Parts: sequence; C-alpha cells; structure tokens
Amino acid sequence: MHELSIAESIVRVACNHADERRVTRVHVKLGHLRQVVPSALAFSFGLVAEGTGVEGAELEMEEVPAAGICRRCGEESQLEGFPLVCRTCGGFDLEIIRGEELLVEFLELEEA
Amino acid sequence: MHRTAVKKVVLENVLDANDALAQANREKFDQSGTYVINMMSSPGAGKTALLERALERLRGKLRLGVLEGDVQTTLDADRLARFHIPLVQVNTDPGFGGECHLDANMVRSGLAELPLEDIDILVIENVGNLVCPAEFRVGENVRVMVYSITEGEEKPLKYPLMFRSADLVLVNKIDLLEYLDFDLEQFLGYLKAVNPAAPHILTSARTGEGVEEFCSWLERRTAYPPASG
Repeated sequence: MHELSIAESIVRVACNHADERRVTRVHVKLGHLRQVVPSALAFSFGLVAEGTGVEGAELEMEEVPAAGICRRCGEESQLEGFPLVCRTCGGFDLEIIRGEELLVEFLELEEA
Repeated sequence: MHRTAVKKVVLENVLDANDALAQANREKFDQSGTYVINMMSSPGAGKTALLERALERLRGKLRLGVLEGDVQTTLDADRLARFHIPLVQVNTDPGFGGECHLDANMVRSGLAELPLEDIDILVIENVGNLVCPAEFRVGENVRVMVYSITEGEEKPLKYPLMFRSADLVLVNKIDLLEYLDFDLEQFLGYLKAVNPAAPHILTSARTGEGVEEFCSWLERRTAYPPASG
C-alpha cells in the first residue's frame, strides 16, 4: 500500500499549488512501472483529501505505458508487463524511457 | 459543459518532497562520515539474521549502527539489542494501519536518537516488501537486497524494480539448496538479466556461509569515498 503515501504526497502538492482556492480536479501521470494500483490510489486520495482544500476533487489518472531501449541491440520496445524484455532481441537489460512517471501535471481550481 | 474552473500547470514529481528529505538525510550522513546501507527484502528473507551474523564478526572492528523499520513490534530491535550498538526502531504505523516501507521522513525522525558521529556504517533495515521500499530513497549510499532461495527463481523478473535498484544482492538460505528444487543458475541468470552490474554473495545466516565475504564488502565501504546513488 504505497498508494497511501503517494496519495498524501499528491494532496500536499495540490494544496501547495492551490493558491488558497478549492481544487476541483487533480491530473496525475502514472507510469506503469510505478506499480501503483489506480483504484487503491483513488481510494487513498479520497481519504487523505478529507478536510483539506482538495476535498471532493476528482483525481484524474493518466496511465503511461512503459517503454525502454535495449542496451544490447539499441531498439525501442513497448513493455506490456514483467519481465521487461526487448521485443527485438529478447534482452532483459533495458534503459527505461517511459513508465516511471509519478507526476502531478495540472490542477483545476475554482475561479476566485 | 461550462466550468468555472481554471487550469494550473504544476508538473511536480510526487516524490520530490521525499527526495528532498532524502538528500537532507544524506548531507547529515556525509557530515558525520557515516556510510548508509538501505537493506531490503521480502518478509522473512533473513535481513535481521544476516545482520546478527555480521555484527558478531564486526564487533570491535567497525562501528555499526542500525535503524530498524517495522510496521509493528520491536522484535527485530530486541534481537539486535544484545550487541550494544546504537539502535533505533522506527515503527511505520502512524494510525492508518502501517506503511509498507520506510520513507525519508521516517528515517529522519529516527536519526535524532542516533549518535551519527560514532557510527561508521548505518544499516537501515527496511520493512519486508519487494515493491514499495524501492520507490522511496531515504538518503542511503547503497542498497543491499537480501533474497532467499525459498522465494523461487523468477523473482527478479517479477520484481525488477527492486532487483534493478540493488547494489549488492545477498542470496540467502543457501544451506537449503540441496533440499529445494531451486535452480541457482537460472536465478543468477535472471538476476544478471535485470541488473547486470550488481554483484551477489551466496549466504546462509544459519551456517555462516558468505557472512565473511559480506563483512569484507561492508569493511571496504568505509575505505572508499561514498558511491553515488
């Protein structure tokens, strides 16, 4: 359940950027490699947001599929799951280029 | 649909706050000349048992300290108390039922009780878990992962984030090899596949196999300038 810690961080980031206005939507990017369970994050977010300026806000989760470049053959692969394997040569040693995102991208705030 | 809402771009990494605290912890460690090891594994892999074996050998040679992370209980800390080393227990249960990992702030909260100036190597024993601890830097110099052969060969492929983040892998419970249908070569192949750079040591906390080598590895940590990471 690292979702709870992550939810706490998201709420903190959102509160810090809310300019004292009510937050109606929080848009986050979740890389697949973060192994975050969206339903668990949404549930945790609801709990943690209670009593803050983010209470009642929608948590919008944009999932980012993983991709990597093979260090053996240099080809890029989409990574659908574990094991992480190069689709061209079958190598396991990949430089991850997408899928590690854990980012609050934007907020929607109520008009002042 | 008309919204009376305005969009504000944030672009802030969710773990930035943790990473900033981890960096602050690291600066504290660097100031006191303390080398810090984040020790991670699944529950029951043998972190505490290996630490006990290592502490027996390193007593008088190297000043070790331990920060124990556990969801609940002080059982692990109680086991280590006989070594009379600086030891602090951080329970990760803040009221919600317990976190599955240590984060930089929890480690920071434990540091006040440790005399860092008198510690050459601080071992942070993380909560047993192969997923979450890998996400949270706590200010460590290196990550040591304890894996036990009762867990099955395929674990590096199933938990690559943890295995990729390790700087050293202790392959523990190796005394059970003859009793298990465990293919050591296949496991080592998978390990090398996901983390080609990490060395491994075959260990048994029960027989003491590999503990000397682990201790030498620990002693070498203090001989070199801190590694990046």
